[in-house]
Amino acid sequence: MSGRKIGEVILDLKNISLSFGGVKALQDISFDVREHEIRAIIGPNGAGKSSMLNVINGVYRPQEGDIILRGVHHANMDSYGAAKAGLARTFQNIALFKGMSVLDNIMTGRNLKMKANMLQQAFWLGPAQREELEHRAKVEEIIDFLEIQHIRKTPVGRLPYGLQKRVDLARALAMEPQVLLLDEPMAGMNVEEKQDMCRFILDVNDQFGTTVVLIEHDMGVVMDISDRVVVLDYGKKIGDGTPDEVRANPDVISAYLGASH
Amino acid sequence: MFYRENGQFKTSYKSDQQIFPIPQDRWAILAIIAIAFFVIPLMVDEYLFRAILIPFLILSLAALGVNILVGYCGQITLGAGAFMAVGAYAAYNFLIRVSGMPALGAILLGGFTAAAVGIVFGIPSLRVRGLYLAVATLAAQFFWDWAFLRVKWFTNDASSGSVSVADIDVFGWIVNTPTDKYLFCLGILVIFSLMAKNLVRGNMGRQWMAIRDMDVAATVIGIRPLYAKLTAFAVSSFYLGVAGALWGMINLGSWEPAAFSIDRSFQLLFMVIIGGMGAIAGSFFGAAFIVILPIFLNQILPVIGGLFGLEVSIALVSHVEIMIFGALIVFFLIVEPHGIARLWSTGREKLRLWPFPH
Repeated sequence: MSGRKIGEVILDLKNISLSFGGVKALQDISFDVREHEIRAIIGPNGAGKSSMLNVINGVYRPQEGDIILRGVHHANMDSYGAAKAGLARTFQNIALFKGMSVLDNIMTGRNLKMKANMLQQAFWLGPAQREELEHRAKVEEIIDFLEIQHIRKTPVGRLPYGLQKRVDLARALAMEPQVLLLDEPMAGMNVEEKQDMCRFILDVNDQFGTTVVLIEHDMGVVMDISDRVVVLDYGKKIGDGTPDEVRANPDVISAYLGASH
Repeated sequence: MFYRENGQFKTSYKSDQQIFPIPQDRWAILAIIAIAFFVIPLMVDEYLFRAILIPFLILSLAALGVNILVGYCGQITLGAGAFMAVGAYAAYNFLIRVSGMPALGAILLGGFTAAAVGIVFGIPSLRVRGLYLAVATLAAQFFWDWAFLRVKWFTNDASSGSVSVADIDVFGWIVNTPTDKYLFCLGILVIFSLMAKNLVRGNMGRQWMAIRDMDVAATVIGIRPLYAKLTAFAVSSFYLGVAGALWGMINLGSWEPAAFSIDRSFQLLFMVIIGGMGAIAGSFFGAAFIVILPIFLNQILPVIGGLFGLEVSIALVSHVEIMIFGALIVFFLIVEPHGIARLWSTGREKLRLWPFPH
């Protein structure tokens, strides 16, 4: 890939265990994510991939383990804390704000950076107005980047699935995250939409230097775009390494082909 | 065919972010406001002010409050009447207990008191939603109904909670004729509508709507549900409190707790459902509809009955009114959950192309 340089470990997950009642969703999982890399999490259905993402950005709190983001421990953070710490994510089943326009959806991603108080907003006073314009300009850059200019005023509920996924990505990008978590960004897309999405992910990674952690089912995509891959099965880590290493790993092969079960 | 945006290009985000980006809309609204301030006071008789216009203005303000909470933040409430009552009785107490308190100050303080009470009764919304929250807000309704009837301090020891205030004085302007009252309420409504619109188009409104549409996603991008929900309760109750103070002190002059009973809460909720949830204009449509329909039916039903040689009693008219409301609410919930306001904006979309569809 181009000039980006993979740096130090930015996100370190240590011995994460998560269970719901008797169900052990994640068991003692450790892996790290380096700055500027694209890190994929793969695994069969029910392997715990989405749970892993939910742990990283504070939707679930693991019973055991530690999450270290840039040297700061975050094991007990909630999702608000995760957002503040610079983690953004997209959702497997698109979780856009259906009643709002594309523009408003993306503007919502800027809310942590907006400081005007309620009185200033109610009277549209200087700071509130200035802030609104500044962030609008920033959001328009993202809109240009993802090529969704033509739908910026459309309510998201009316958009086709592929575009909704793109708006979801735009909203996450509006947060200017350090780490971007993508939960099956290409699920349910046709080949063309997948190619577009791949290009956007690579461009984000390349131009903004954003670290990307993604879950994906399409092996071709995963092997093509990611730098390193973690493989989960039944809540356990069964493989970790570059795409080629993972492909050659016998545990991974058996999990996917079902040979040993 | 005059409603066109052709050739109107926005060259800055500022001009694109105006409240009415289309100049035709802007002029139309300014014209309506100008007519409301300068022309209507000359044309309209006292009955129309008392029976329709003043109630319409005040209930619009209250409906705005309910719309912020229900329409924008998605938190259902059946306690709107209670917050109006809190506003009215708080304003009354500020007026009689604090010497030299200006009436406008008392009205605003009534609003702030209602906002504080709204925050307290909004706390359950952090845990429960939907029907369960509706029941929790119902508790507010019953609690305040009881409090203003039984706790004598609130009503200055008046029997059965009935209180009255003299004509209010706003910076030397004695608001006593219907025209004065109309203009005073209109002024407040215009300012409050502008504030509401500014709030909902800015960051605050986006946070409310995000919580309404998808609360998990909202927290993930850094919106705190606690903050968003309680601010919605506070702003909504502030509007309701001011509306309640106006309803008591301007519209009624003397009132008792029954003026803000649960019927009022339902009425306000119906206004928002019929008018349009999540649309500022919907509050006005809904209020106009609910204020005017009974009067309209009163006039028209006896006439229609007369055509068929039937005598239409007052009781029948009020029954028909309830039936029509019920039918309309079911109709709107099924066919157009965004109410008259959505019909209006769909109509406008069509008008942009009319009469040439291409």
